[in-house]
Amino acid sequence: MSDEATTTSKSYLTPFNVIAGIIVILGLFITALRFTKGLGSVTNLSDYNPWGIWIGFDLLVGVALAAGGYVTSAAVYIFGMKKYHSAVRPAILTGFLGYALVVVALNYDVGRPWRLPYPFLVQQGTTSLLFEVAACVALYLTVLFIEFSPAAMEWLGIRRARNIVVKLTLLLTIFGVVLSTLHQSSLGALFLIAPAKLHPLWYSPYLPVFFFVSSIIAGLSMVIFEGTMSHHFFADKMDEEHLKEKDTVVLGFGKAASLVLASYFVIKVIGVSEGNNWHLLGTSYGLWFLVELLGFVGLPCFLYAIGVREKKLKLIKWTAVWTVLGIIVNRFNVCLVAFNWHLPSSERYFPHWMEIGISVFLVTVGVIVYRFIVSRMPVLYAHPDYPKEH
Amino acid sequence: MSISRRRFLGWLGAAGLSTTVGNTAKAASNKHFTGYPESNGVLFDNTRCIGCRKCEEGCNKVNELPQPDRPFSDLSVLDTKRRTTAKKYTIVNRYDNIRSNGYGPMYRKVQCNHCLEPACASACFVRAFSKTETGAVIYDASVCVGCRYCMIACPFEIPTYEYDSAFTPRVMKCTMCYPRISKGLLPGCVEACPTEALTYGKREDLLRIGRERIRTFPERYVDYIYGENEMGGTSWLYISGASYKEIGMREDLGITPAPKLTSGALSGVPIVAGLWPVLLTGIYAINKRKQKIEKDEKEQAVLSAVKKAEAEAETKLTDAIQKAEKEKATAIEKAVAKALEEAAKAAEEAADTDVQEADKKSTEEDS
Repeated sequence: MSDEATTTSKSYLTPFNVIAGIIVILGLFITALRFTKGLGSVTNLSDYNPWGIWIGFDLLVGVALAAGGYVTSAAVYIFGMKKYHSAVRPAILTGFLGYALVVVALNYDVGRPWRLPYPFLVQQGTTSLLFEVAACVALYLTVLFIEFSPAAMEWLGIRRARNIVVKLTLLLTIFGVVLSTLHQSSLGALFLIAPAKLHPLWYSPYLPVFFFVSSIIAGLSMVIFEGTMSHHFFADKMDEEHLKEKDTVVLGFGKAASLVLASYFVIKVIGVSEGNNWHLLGTSYGLWFLVELLGFVGLPCFLYAIGVREKKLKLIKWTAVWTVLGIIVNRFNVCLVAFNWHLPSSERYFPHWMEIGISVFLVTVGVIVYRFIVSRMPVLYAHPDYPKEH
Repeated sequence: MSISRRRFLGWLGAAGLSTTVGNTAKAASNKHFTGYPESNGVLFDNTRCIGCRKCEEGCNKVNELPQPDRPFSDLSVLDTKRRTTAKKYTIVNRYDNIRSNGYGPMYRKVQCNHCLEPACASACFVRAFSKTETGAVIYDASVCVGCRYCMIACPFEIPTYEYDSAFTPRVMKCTMCYPRISKGLLPGCVEACPTEALTYGKREDLLRIGRERIRTFPERYVDYIYGENEMGGTSWLYISGASYKEIGMREDLGITPAPKLTSGALSGVPIVAGLWPVLLTGIYAINKRKQKIEKDEKEQAVLSAVKKAEAEAETKLTDAIQKAEKEKATAIEKAVAKALEEAAKAAEEAADTDVQEADKKSTEEDS
């Protein structure tokens, strides 16, 4: 009897569960504090720095890294690259979870979250790029939900509705790409209104284009990264198609990422040229800009190319991690590092540990939910009742 | 003459604007909005400001803001640089060592500048901000979601937020005492100023007054009215004895009104929404067609290959059959020949034995 109890409790006390449990408890504690004492009690936000990492990381990075959904579904369903079919469902799932968490995070960040529907229901501020972001994110979250629903319905055995949704695949994919183009670029365009506050090396009329193109890079790299992780932890859940296409996806997406990174590098240089900001490259901000441009755009572009040419899967996978890190660096630079660069350091922002706590908490929740879903629903394998038609 | 022309343009602007109701951001165009005609503003003349903080006190009183920790009469507050906060709509800062003032101090009052085309109003996704015809930019807390994009957008870093309020946080900023000026009263700060460093009136008149003062005392003023064109123009105007940079004001803001900064990106939205579906469907159709052709060609190739193979197989078969028949025939022939040969041989042998037997017989007979 006592033996049984210890074995069951032991099976739950894996290192992952323990760490995740601690983070979740801490997250809930900060959540309670945030919603009872206000933003001031858990953040370092100020009148000079109204946006912190809940926008810089949770919104900007979160949306960029969730781009795998539209990138993969576009590749397979619109561009007809059927050999990547097995990557679609996991990418849609991570996209959906990513956007859902972005919306959850926004509830922490805005002052009165229960009013989030106001821009749609009460008064429409259509001159605001934030309105566009809000509208597109809300719509796209719905699209991702519908796109993912067949997996849930196959699991639950709702055959008829599932078949109807599967027929809508192309329409949903096109709608998803339109919405993603709009809000990925609009996140960059948010900063167009503040040329006086954002360092000229990062401020550019091309900001929307930069954000859109880099979201493709983020999406491709995240699919490689998540695929690697999934294969590491859920290999037993994968069917033959997944295992067979796994390396094809890594090579194909690595090649695409290398090409898009190359064009991103070019347009970033055009951005410097357009503002004629060459002289700023010699300043300390300029050096940091070069670190971003050469280290997080040029280098991964090169490494991806080498990896694909020499068929070095491991190199491609590590490059994907580095590229994702580069996207984080870029979004942080635009939103936090190069923003308010004119202010003295005493007025600058550095996140409170509880802000970091909430961001870590939300990522952890995402991983837990992902694990819950892939161990139950047909994500990494095709459902036996619904053979290869989708 | 110039006034009537200006007024005329103002009316034109107002006529154009009234059709779109108030503060709609204009797409990039050659239209130039110069503010509501007859709208009001305040002119701040820092050569008259003595840093007494009476304006701060007046603002605090009429707006019923919380009492500060240190009294308004305490001028040592000016030793540190301050900014507007959720509890202070306006503050005065002191700037020391101003050359034009004999290396003495100069003061600047900080509050909302009430832009003609406000960045905050353009950025707000619930239209919580509006530029009124009085000139005041006002805020409606009853719709505010608290995203704080207005604070990101404001080039003058004016709006503040009640971060410590859990349930009813508001954006706080100067309203040019909108409730008071609507009733014909002066803004609190203007009324409290003992040195007439602040003048309230029609913006057009204030610009004229500013120019007049600069013309009359060119040695006292910098020849520039701050706010006339900054960010498309503001209702709050400044004339100064020191360069604006020296009193902490940014000279690099440019004259582009905030809505124009984002109008390009916004105008891209309907274009993407209109073109992408067609473009993507086109790409899909091309790929589908390519795949169909590929499939057809493959089928064709398979079919012809099969046919060819069949034909080949048939000829091979007939060949084989013929060959087999031929072989069979030769085999039979061979067999027959062999048999004949064998038969001949056997016959010969038989003949031989006959001869031998006959010989033997003859030998036996001989013996």
